[in-house]
Amino acid sequence: MKHAFTVSAVAAAAVAMAFLVLPVLALFLRVPPSDLIHALGTPAAQDALVVSIKTSAIAHAAVLLVGTPAAYAIGRGRFRGRSLLLSLIELPLVLPPVVAGIALLVTFGRLGLLGGTMNALGIHISFTQAAVVLAVAFVESPLYLRGAIASFEGVDGTLLDAARTLRAGPFRVFARVALPLAAGGLGAASALALARGLGEFGATLLFAGSLQGVTQTLPLAIYAQFEVDFNTALAIGTLFVCFGAAVLLALKLIPGWTRSVSLWTFRSASSPSA
Amino acid sequence: MDPLSLSLDVPLREFALRVELAVGREVVALVGPSGAGKSTLLRAIAGLQPASGTISVDGTAWLDSRRGVALPTEERSVGLVFQDYALFPHLTVRKNVEFGRKGDAGLLDRFGLAALADVKPPKLSGGERQRVALARALAPDPAVLLLDEPLSALDTHTRGEVRGELQQLLREADRPTLVVTHDFEDAATLATRVGVLVEGRLRQLGSPAELVASPADPFVASLTGANVLRGRARAANGLTELTLTTGELIRSTDAARGEAVAVVYPWEVTVSQSPPDDSAQNHIAGVVASLVPVGNRVRVRVGPVTAEITADSSKRLGLIVGERAVASFKATGTRLLPQP
Repeated sequence: MKHAFTVSAVAAAAVAMAFLVLPVLALFLRVPPSDLIHALGTPAAQDALVVSIKTSAIAHAAVLLVGTPAAYAIGRGRFRGRSLLLSLIELPLVLPPVVAGIALLVTFGRLGLLGGTMNALGIHISFTQAAVVLAVAFVESPLYLRGAIASFEGVDGTLLDAARTLRAGPFRVFARVALPLAAGGLGAASALALARGLGEFGATLLFAGSLQGVTQTLPLAIYAQFEVDFNTALAIGTLFVCFGAAVLLALKLIPGWTRSVSLWTFRSASSPSA
Repeated sequence: MDPLSLSLDVPLREFALRVELAVGREVVALVGPSGAGKSTLLRAIAGLQPASGTISVDGTAWLDSRRGVALPTEERSVGLVFQDYALFPHLTVRKNVEFGRKGDAGLLDRFGLAALADVKPPKLSGGERQRVALARALAPDPAVLLLDEPLSALDTHTRGEVRGELQQLLREADRPTLVVTHDFEDAATLATRVGVLVEGRLRQLGSPAELVASPADPFVASLTGANVLRGRARAANGLTELTLTTGELIRSTDAARGEAVAVVYPWEVTVSQSPPDDSAQNHIAGVVASLVPVGNRVRVRVGPVTAEITADSSKRLGLIVGERAVASFKATGTRLLPQP
């Protein structure tokens, strides 16, 4: 029965799809859409939305601002210990977010590694909005760095050399050549990191707490509203589904753009003479 | 004082590149096999490759490793045309040309690129890309122009035309220019002097005619397109007789003893069906191994010798691959060099 395998493979695919899609659909089907929209108007949801947008925007801006030049330096540099450095960057990615929360607490908390210094300077971070920003930045930056480093590694070094022979100093080489050529990959990495940061839960809860209007972000609000107002929790859930779908759509479009740049057919295949 | 003079030492994986060279307002071509260090030399001049020694341009030191001088690339007045042109794919032709200097200084017009100003490089043909690359390199008015295999990215049928164009453009650029190529014909067309670079050393430097007339060694001879025939030489009747490794005996007016090579240019070899009764001393009979048309000429391989004859002669003789023929050349046209 040569059809038996095909039939069972198709059946397996159907089961897998149902298992993944059904719960997502269920989010939307539990209550009428009008109830969901109404639930998004509750103070808890509104406050969480404001906190999430504000903290994510600040964290993401900081990650892009510091991460992009850092990724350029690491991606184009050749130095000892480079692969060790790359592994260190990826370590937070495989850590449970709760561990990240504890780690941040023992670093920036009142009794943490830098706590004394920060106390002396009059800076208190834990359980403030600044703590949310730090937690979000901490979990999203490895994702952005990894993608951005790969994007800069993919830029043809000859083009950077060409820019230098045309009198471009290091900043101009970066801004006019490396950055535009890596833009596709940077955009994709940025979108993934933003989505990861918005969904951040464990680290924020431990390091920043869940104070409505101050540190309670959207994921924390789902958890807080779960037993109080189920519709609000549900509505925030659907919000994440929509945002996630938008990010995926953007990723599908951006790599297409990237490919059109990276696949120029005019690079000759002949090996360069030494 | 020459506008560009250099004495460089660059360690490479298998050998060191050691070159001393002075270039006036002229085009000098560097020819050699791939891996000889040609591109490395250009990169070292541009400051893209660490090197020790000296480079001075119009009296300014770009590199003087003893005094600790090594200008970064962006401070060297150098234009470099990369092997694959390295045009910025995200910028239009105009933006590419203006990258190193604001305004195109009429270069787009001069290089026939005005109509392509708003096109991006991936849409250009090979010849157009090369013109953009050259215009871009010349835009900041560099003191030194370097070209790395400027014709190798082109297919054979556009190559001849582009080579003529490039020769004209380089002449107009009128500044110290170094062209790297692996093709002697390209070098001879583009340059007034040709240097042969082998394993990091300049074997010979001279005009194309000098290299053809008196190649310094068998490698230079074969690079210029000559037949290089190995054998054993001994004096005989005021001439030198060379017994080739393939068995034939040939004569030369040059003196040589022991292991030696004979150098004969294909255009000095005639081909016939049977040994002709003429003044040529050397006749090598053999099977016609190949007939390759090159424009209006045909390159005929007879035994160990390649002859270049007109297409008409080839037709008249009725040469056929696999049949026997005789290659003849004069003792006076046979150069002898000691075997290295």
